[in-house]
Amino acid sequence: MPVSIQHARSANRTLRIVCPNGHLGFAPIKKGSFEIGLGADPDLICADSGSCDIGPGPLGTDTSSSPLAWQTHDLEHMLLGARRLGVPMIVGSAGDTGTNSRVDLFVRVIQELARKHALPKFRLGWFHSEVPKSSIAAQMAAGETIAGLDGRAPLDAEALCATDRIVAVAGVHPFIALLEAGADVIIGGRSSDCAIFAAPAIRAGFPEALAYYYGKVLECASFCAEPYAGKESVLGEITMEDVKVTAMLPAQRCTVASVAGHAMYERRNPFFEHVLGGTLDMSACAYEQYDERTCRITGPRFVPAQELRVKLEGSGRIGERYVGMVGVRDPYTIANIDQVIAWARGQAREQYGESGYDLYYTVYGRDGVMGELEPLRDRPGHELCIVVQAVAPTKEMAEEVCMTGLRQMFYARLPQVKGTAGGVAFGLDEVLPASPAYRWTMNHTMRVADPMALFATGLTEAGV
Amino acid sequence: MAPTKQLLFDLAKTIRSKNAGVDLITFDVIFADRTSYERVRQSEVLSREAVCRIFGIASERIVEHVAFEPALAIKFTIRRLVPSGSPGDGDIFGSQQYGPLLEVEVPA
Repeated sequence: MPVSIQHARSANRTLRIVCPNGHLGFAPIKKGSFEIGLGADPDLICADSGSCDIGPGPLGTDTSSSPLAWQTHDLEHMLLGARRLGVPMIVGSAGDTGTNSRVDLFVRVIQELARKHALPKFRLGWFHSEVPKSSIAAQMAAGETIAGLDGRAPLDAEALCATDRIVAVAGVHPFIALLEAGADVIIGGRSSDCAIFAAPAIRAGFPEALAYYYGKVLECASFCAEPYAGKESVLGEITMEDVKVTAMLPAQRCTVASVAGHAMYERRNPFFEHVLGGTLDMSACAYEQYDERTCRITGPRFVPAQELRVKLEGSGRIGERYVGMVGVRDPYTIANIDQVIAWARGQAREQYGESGYDLYYTVYGRDGVMGELEPLRDRPGHELCIVVQAVAPTKEMAEEVCMTGLRQMFYARLPQVKGTAGGVAFGLDEVLPASPAYRWTMNHTMRVADPMALFATGLTEAGV
Repeated sequence: MAPTKQLLFDLAKTIRSKNAGVDLITFDVIFADRTSYERVRQSEVLSREAVCRIFGIASERIVEHVAFEPALAIKFTIRRLVPSGSPGDGDIFGSQQYGPLLEVEVPA
């Protein structure tokens, strides 16, 4: 077997990237394997900080789902490592959602960290990804179709109206522009995960197909290694012929199984990845064990897009939300729980009418997790927990509707119930405020003439 | 010993589900060895039709169904009825939808 790439670069031209975290800020970077990565002669340190998995709330409310302290922790380790080695650092999809406020927040954190550690002056680049509703409306008015993804219908005026905030998903272009401008640290708005890593490789002249694959394999850090361990660093190396990826945690290995397995992680199929500008085709990828902890990949292809279409993510507020929960033990009540819920819904209807609010009942112990996909919903457990959510225009109304929807279960009238002193058990006889309810109103694409059109870049300084 | 039917739980290395974007949930069943992979694939207990039966869904909801040989995996992706994280969604990450697959019986 060849010497591990941890110790020796491949003989031909290479670019090495350390990725310490697949979702920066969501859980803290593990420092041990990151230090090993820093010792492996990387040319850049890159990480993605975003995800749609956190639901539509953070984009809608323009907040992070990760605590600022953890975001700062991760940025601090990456920044100190990058400045110590004198290599660029790139973060994409800042602060979970990649909205403008999250980019600005990360830029401020980097500036504060540079001051705190008295780092010599460096150039700090950023770009924004938010798209105003008005510019989408203008496109639609001009006859442009905002096409739906994953079976969604094209965007209509109603869905746009129901949207509060939109981000466009950047490709490699703003990252390359900022590297060209001399940025030492880049904080990106919403962007394709793989573009963060592909951008420096494409700028350095490596083939696009290998560069996008390089990004694809590195984006989730140690999720491409085994055994399973999160937040550990991996080291990637790209050459003109191949991509290699090595686990930095001594207990982990990048194997053919783990790397090929990762190609299908949280994606609809294992073969294609769409980015602004084209499609990465992994169907002809070959995987081989290069050394004990390194997998080598060859054969990805890249198909440039016929027309540039940028992905848009939009979140819209439905209303304020309260939640409550009850338990049920009576077997007869359990067997007739839908009637109990229907009774409570009816009581809410009597008081608040047919519309203008929503009540949701999640029946744990029957189908609370899987809902309509649950094959065993006709075999509920001997106890149920029912979570009631009310969504309404105001907090006051949401609280009242929730209390009605919850407490009326206690008074449900079932014809043959033996217990006549209350139909459900309260662990808490109260309803609790929850975050406002949002929904993903947009998962669409829009044609653009210029891949930079929606992504304004800026360059500033940090350090002393 | 005569070969007997086994559960997918015993034959697969990984059985998982996860969001694939906000409108889809994807399922990965990964095997440690080619023999088990081929046995399950050929048995058709995870075919498109079988998946419809297991989850009680119409075939149109399955947007992908592939055998991914490099990873010794069978993968399929289904459409959600409401986007992830909408109020009432019981699994925002889509990470606990694979339970029924563990008990799928694989013939000898």
